[in-house]
Amino acid sequence: MAVDPRNASTELSTDALAELAHEEEFVHGTVVRAQGPWRIAARRLRRNKVALGFLGLFFVVVAICLAAPVWADNVAKRGPKDNNEVGTVTVDGKKKNVVSPDGVPIGPTWQGQYFLGADGNGRDTAVRLLYGGRNSLLIGISAALITALLSVVLGILSGFFGGVTDSVISRSMDVVWAFPVILLGVALGTALGVNGLKLGPITLAEDSKLIPVLIIGFVYVPYLARPIRGQVMALRQKEFVEAAEAQGAGPWRIMFSEVLPNLTSTIIVFLPLAVANAILLEAALSFVGAGVRAPETSWGTMIAEVIETITSAPHQTIVPGLMLVITVLGLNVFGDGVRDAFDPRAKIRVEH
Amino acid sequence: MARFIIRRAIAMVLVLFAISVLTFGIFNLIPGGDPAVRLAGRNATNEQIAAIRKDFGFDKSKPTQYVTLMGKVFDGSLISYTTRLNVLDEIIKGLPRTFALAVGAALLWMFMAVVLGLYTALRAGQFSDRFLTVLALIGISMPVFWVGALMNYFLGFKWGIFPNGGYVPFAESPWQWFYHLIMPWTALSLLFIGVYSRVLRSNVLDTMNDDFVRTARAKGLSERQVILRHVLRNSMIPIITLWGLDFGAVLGGGAILTETVFDLQGVGQYARESVQSLDQAALVMITLFGAFFIVFLNTIVDIVYAALDPRIRLT
Repeated sequence: MAVDPRNASTELSTDALAELAHEEEFVHGTVVRAQGPWRIAARRLRRNKVALGFLGLFFVVVAICLAAPVWADNVAKRGPKDNNEVGTVTVDGKKKNVVSPDGVPIGPTWQGQYFLGADGNGRDTAVRLLYGGRNSLLIGISAALITALLSVVLGILSGFFGGVTDSVISRSMDVVWAFPVILLGVALGTALGVNGLKLGPITLAEDSKLIPVLIIGFVYVPYLARPIRGQVMALRQKEFVEAAEAQGAGPWRIMFSEVLPNLTSTIIVFLPLAVANAILLEAALSFVGAGVRAPETSWGTMIAEVIETITSAPHQTIVPGLMLVITVLGLNVFGDGVRDAFDPRAKIRVEH
Repeated sequence: MARFIIRRAIAMVLVLFAISVLTFGIFNLIPGGDPAVRLAGRNATNEQIAAIRKDFGFDKSKPTQYVTLMGKVFDGSLISYTTRLNVLDEIIKGLPRTFALAVGAALLWMFMAVVLGLYTALRAGQFSDRFLTVLALIGISMPVFWVGALMNYFLGFKWGIFPNGGYVPFAESPWQWFYHLIMPWTALSLLFIGVYSRVLRSNVLDTMNDDFVRTARAKGLSERQVILRHVLRNSMIPIITLWGLDFGAVLGGGAILTETVFDLQGVGQYARESVQSLDQAALVMITLFGAFFIVFLNTIVDIVYAALDPRIRLT
């Protein structure tokens, strides 16, 4: 049965829906696709309740972190950078030192002020956790978007033009690929973290949050650019590209309006996993001292600052790490579901 | 075959050259990144900076500096810019420790990944598959330095089951060597077990539908033989590639976080200390060293494949 997808009715009977719902069980044989691949993928994703549940978890973390100023102004009544080494806080009607004379910070009070206790400088851990989370999320998401943008441009150029363009881009990718991700990130973070970046009109201060964003965005480029290049090389041989050429479309137009739309599912599969790994790499770089710089906070810097005192205040290390794990796990499980729904054979792999 | 090996070797040398230029560039050509200013610290006078610049040869042209630096890298006379210790000696000192960490962890994660990946693939869609998949994803989602710190705190400090970090040379006491490395091996492996078992699971599921598997079944092989000798062997290839690369990365100082958390004093921890003291010479050498291992193992893997599968030689 031949169905022209353009003429197929978008309204399907319940029988047809049931058949579509079982579509992925057909391994061999022909499947009549009455609907576009997008709708099928979206339907598969919608049925994956575990993936959606973990996406919900991620959004809860995002919402909590976005609400950081509300908590800081109304509940904790102090900002993330306010030191309070000699102050006191009233817990259950009794006054207690925020930081004891021998330097041990107060543990969780489970009340508005110092909900999760303090750090060695008397700063409110809960407030810093929320503000740090904003930085971690912001850096992770922006870095993943930069990676996607750069890899799509490089991958398309390389796969479409081939020849010298391809050689130059591919060999450069090989070189970046040959570095252990963490070592390259650390080297760049160290070099840029001392004097900042001055590149033409762009000037970044050494403690700018954009530096880790650019570094993380850059080191992951080969992980997406390589699969995209391969895909573009295959697409270039397809009839529709030939047809567009016959119609007189120039290379830029073909790349933008013929090739690019066919890469969307790869990019969609990549994004959640890339954000997850970017957040982890940011934490690792900050932990080593080559990422976010004081007085700015992220979950990575929070762990780095307190890891030496884990024996006296273990919750200080556990809590930011737990937030990080929940966020990244939410993205990873959702990303796994997205891959199953859109492109189960996607050769996308990211590592931190 | 000989031609293939020569071609791969030449490509390897070219990539290594490009890597050395890039590494040099990261520390020298990034605008605003004068190494003399960096060495002098934040509150240095102009005279101090000028003295350092002359002392280390930073007043020469960039190509000259590159050649000087590479010369020092190759004859092993590169001296740290902050501690004035020989960088190669420091790396060699850390290498046995890093090697012990890398080998043990690589064996552990490969074994666990094959067991987990095969088990989940054979039970695809069942509860045990979903449960283990979530466990694998949890392993992928945890920062290794955090896991390490928690292991140190609970298993080492609080309950006293394992030693709280540190390294004992094998020659001194094989048991203590093993005992001290159990936690680092486990922490480092968690991520890789997650990644590898996921990759293997999807490969096994793909291979199960191949014609040769049907043939194997049709000729009457037992299910065990079909799975182990036909499916698993063919599903392992992509994993082995990854294994070569990741082993090289860990060996070349990529285990910065694990080594630091467990105080193993290997190459990775040396990298971390060099970051904190902004020791450019040490970082250049470690980065080159790490990249060398990755490129080298990648080339070896390519050659082994070509030996096993003649089709690859053509591409």
